[in-house]
Amino acid sequence: MAMVKLNEIAQSRSGDKGNTINIGVFAPNQEIYQVLLAELTTVSVKMHFSGLVKGKVTRYEMPNILAMNFVLSEALDGGGSSSLRLDNLGKCFGSNMLRMEIEVDDELLIDL
Amino acid sequence: MKKVRIGAAQGFYGDTIEPAVATAEKGDVQYLCFDALAELTMAILVKDKKKNENGGFTKDISLQMKALLPYVKEKGIKLLTNGGGINPVGAQQEILRVAGEMGISGLKVAVVTGDNVIDRLPEFLEKGYPLNHLETGESVENIKDRLEFANAYIGAQPIVKALAAGADIVVTGRTTDTAQFLAPLIYEFNWGEEEWDKLASGVFMGHLLECSAQSTGGNFSGKWWEIEGFDRMGYPIAEVSENGEFIISKVEDRGGLVTIDTVKEQMLYEIHDPSAYITPDVIVDLTNVKLENIKSNQVKVTGVKGHPRTNTLKVVMGYENGYAGQVIVGFSWPDAMMKAKKVDEIIRIQLERNGLNYEEVRTDYMGYNALSGPLAHDNQSELNEVFLRMTVRAKTKQEAVKFSRLFPPLALNGPPSMSGFTGNTAPRALLGMWSALLPREEVERQIQVEVAEV
Repeated sequence: MAMVKLNEIAQSRSGDKGNTINIGVFAPNQEIYQVLLAELTTVSVKMHFSGLVKGKVTRYEMPNILAMNFVLSEALDGGGSSSLRLDNLGKCFGSNMLRMEIEVDDELLIDL
Repeated sequence: MKKVRIGAAQGFYGDTIEPAVATAEKGDVQYLCFDALAELTMAILVKDKKKNENGGFTKDISLQMKALLPYVKEKGIKLLTNGGGINPVGAQQEILRVAGEMGISGLKVAVVTGDNVIDRLPEFLEKGYPLNHLETGESVENIKDRLEFANAYIGAQPIVKALAAGADIVVTGRTTDTAQFLAPLIYEFNWGEEEWDKLASGVFMGHLLECSAQSTGGNFSGKWWEIEGFDRMGYPIAEVSENGEFIISKVEDRGGLVTIDTVKEQMLYEIHDPSAYITPDVIVDLTNVKLENIKSNQVKVTGVKGHPRTNTLKVVMGYENGYAGQVIVGFSWPDAMMKAKKVDEIIRIQLERNGLNYEEVRTDYMGYNALSGPLAHDNQSELNEVFLRMTVRAKTKQEAVKFSRLFPPLALNGPPSMSGFTGNTAPRALLGMWSALLPREEVERQIQVEVAEV
């Protein structure tokens, strides 16, 4: 097993709607997708974003494109035109998601 | 099978028009569709309209028309935009003016109005529609005296009507981002109002095109460094078949890339439940979508499902929400971070001593954590410099100004090497966003389509 930063094995993009952020996370193959399903839970993601996200985290699964969509509420300090943050549209939430570290079987990393 | 080719022309107010011109020239499209309106854009346009009664539409509409009207005349390409923003009639007049100035005649420009519901809010409340906040459930009574705008997201049908009336150009206010893209399909293929799968496919196509290059390699989080031509990105083009299936591509010699990986990042952008993406035209279900790379820079999309549309429309309202005061000052090595933190401490003591109670006082260290907040790495190495950004949320403009006045004296009184201070930033008005639902027919009966000819 190896500790891997999500950045090395996944893609992500975030978007805003009001005070809510969504983050799409995309796996490169079925095996990694299964690992992500186990590791990226609503609890682990909520913990990862503590200090930024006050509300609840919801996860939607998209096995057809090997993706998950996380919806984070109360995440933007009031929302785009009201937020004091520099990242007021949450464009960096996707990047910040990729900071998460998870354990992955060495074998699964060979072809990436 | 009949096919319709649609090109993306704009992903936001301020986007470059150059790729749209390339698509008009070489993309073999019948329609160029623009999405000019983010939530934030409506706020900007409201401020514009306050300054100038004739303003309130996206100003870049003039440049877009100058660049594209020749193609409208020569090739019959139709232009559909929601750049009318808060003043669609003003935008229509501007388009007619530009066309006249260019000596173009025989052009039909349609305008769709009726999305603006701010004057009808008292009537709605009286009728018992609560207009409570969709996310929090909060009562609208708390903010209704501070409202700046209220617009319902309307769908594709009025635009279809405008096309049927022979419009070459259709300008609207707050339609959904995808309405401009779906409308030509309904018009060309004569899709029925209950052909949910086809409508959903059209909305999803629009979703993939509405953010311009975000489907063609822009903002791509994968191996972005392998993407060529960021300096001349191509915008996506969709070739849609009558059954709703479509292929995403781009003009071959423009920059960017169309692959399953670039397309799927856009697929979930700003979407919540992927099995129920709610629009005024249809509820879209993406959980069976299949993406196939059929050729270089061509991705085929199938399997979009649709469900009956809702009886409600979303209304987004903006309300005054105080002012932000902001100061940015830099500190040099050695001990840049320590100096910046010391100034943060000094300011907070002074705020307390002067009895300045702001709702929120925010500190960011630019070059260290300003984009990531608490998620930033704990940087142990010595920074060459760091910029301290402090922001407050104040009730009034005057209170916000008081904040920035605390900083200049610290250049002489505080820790060494405070520099890069570019003067106090003028306070910025903050606008809160309020989403609520309204019965569809309340909005739809006031929608109007009018065509003018130059």
